[in-house]
Amino acid sequence: MTGAEEHFVSLEGVTKRFDELVVLQGIDLTVDLHQVVCLIGASGSGKSTLLRCVNLLEVVDEGTIVVDGETITNGNVDTNALRRKIGIVFQAFNLFPHMTVMQNITLAPRKTRGLSKAEAKTQARDLLARIGLLEKADEYPDRLSGGQQQRVAIARALAMSPTLMLLDEVTSALDPQLVSEVLNLVRELATTGMTMIIATHEMSFAREVADKVCFLDGGMILEEGPPDQIFSSPAEERTREFLARIIEAGRL
Amino acid sequence: MGKFLHAFFSPLGLRRAVPQIWDGFQTNIKLMVVAELLVLIFALLIAIVRGLPGRSTFPLRALAIGYTDFFRGTPLILVAYVWGFGIPALHAGFISNRSLFQYGIISLTLVYTAYVTEVYRAGIESVHPSQRMAARSLGLTYAQTLRHVVLPQAIRRVVPPLLNDFIGLQKDTAIITVIGVTEALAQAGFYSNDFFLYTGYSVAAVFFVILTIPFARFTDRLIKERERRERAQLV
Ligand SMILES: Nc1ncnc2c1ncn2[C@@H]1O[C@H](COP(=O)(O)OP(=O)(O)OP(=O)(O)O)[C@@H](O)[C@H]1O
Ligand SMILES: [Mg+2]
Repeated sequence: MTGAEEHFVSLEGVTKRFDELVVLQGIDLTVDLHQVVCLIGASGSGKSTLLRCVNLLEVVDEGTIVVDGETITNGNVDTNALRRKIGIVFQAFNLFPHMTVMQNITLAPRKTRGLSKAEAKTQARDLLARIGLLEKADEYPDRLSGGQQQRVAIARALAMSPTLMLLDEVTSALDPQLVSEVLNLVRELATTGMTMIIATHEMSFAREVADKVCFLDGGMILEEGPPDQIFSSPAEERTREFLARIIEAGRL
Repeated sequence: MGKFLHAFFSPLGLRRAVPQIWDGFQTNIKLMVVAELLVLIFALLIAIVRGLPGRSTFPLRALAIGYTDFFRGTPLILVAYVWGFGIPALHAGFISNRSLFQYGIISLTLVYTAYVTEVYRAGIESVHPSQRMAARSLGLTYAQTLRHVVLPQAIRRVVPPLLNDFIGLQKDTAIITVIGVTEALAQAGFYSNDFFLYTGYSVAAVFFVILTIPFARFTDRLIKERERRERAQLV
């Protein structure tokens, strides 16, 4: 395969159906190391499904996905090992409610990477300091604000030292005044060179952090390019319509 | 009225009945403790089996479903008869040579495991799928996810209904009397035969009630606390 190794992540002809419904249709996408790729598009266009295919929460029906030189779609890959390298953060935080913040962050490193309790805690404290929540280490998630919970969810993913982060509308469930604290953290991740694929409705944020923006429409990447091009002079009529609707809603 | 009081609560009778019934009641407590421990373990295992994913585990799941359906539908007294009288009559070596106490334990465990399996299962299913997804996406295996994320949440939720089933089990230890285990009810019977008084039954009833009241209060308190917590979360 020519060129596949150059890219950190590459999708070729990825198709995903739920029964009769085609949700992803021949997706070609490449992400380079340290690149931030933003997926934009209307609700139901397939952004979440695409992200979920990359860490095998969904099994693709056709096409291949290569991550870090390893083809993950041929059924021979160690799913758990792959997921340890790929962090994913969801819209709904999904923290474990019966565990403290500290326990949420240290669980996976201890159980899957063989870190001792002390090692895992030291690492978790560093992460908590970085997200500004060190003093919340022993709180339970229901005592935190939405923005704080989402930052903990990001820290929990980072504790696995992932080489790729997938963020699925991480600010969509938040009150407007809590959005920026989470976006600041994502921005910082981008600055430190984390490779990321981000599904988002925050267009100004996408424009700012993305190296590449992909517009999804009906399960296809209709248009992709540098953010300035997509947002200022989109080539496709559908992209223009979508952006116009967003501007109307006051989100750009 | 005087006759009634004399029959059920004669003071002289009480003095003799209490130690005798207590003697039997200790057996009820032993039946209860051993059976409850076994039920807690087996029911959890069967509930886990019932939730296993994949086609290859179907035979196991079918077996677990068959077991719970069968023993939830069979009266305990019938199960006790089969074990207490039927199995020994088979003269099938080890399994036919157990003590009556052990047959009592087996009967209680078989029937109540079926109930408690359903309780655990409801708890496991009440944990939102996104919790499993979050755990799996961190690279935790199916078993690790179950052990650290699903079961702790499930078990916390099922403690009240579980305690309710155990109150049932405590009372049903009296049924084991039918196969000849000398527990409280049996002692009450001996007593009334010896003295032509029913005081033994009153005493046995009081023992059972005393044992279940703290259990019932504890369960009520847990349920109340849970409701308060859930209301607090909604606000
Ligand atoms: N498990 C599933 N079973 C059936 N259909 C599904 C499933 N998951 C997603 N879909 C469908 O796939 C389509 C794409 O969903 P997806 O969640 O990927 O869209 P999205 O772009 O993330 O939308 P949103 O912006 O609302 O999050 C939708 O029509 C959705 O109803
Ligand atoms: Mg989505």
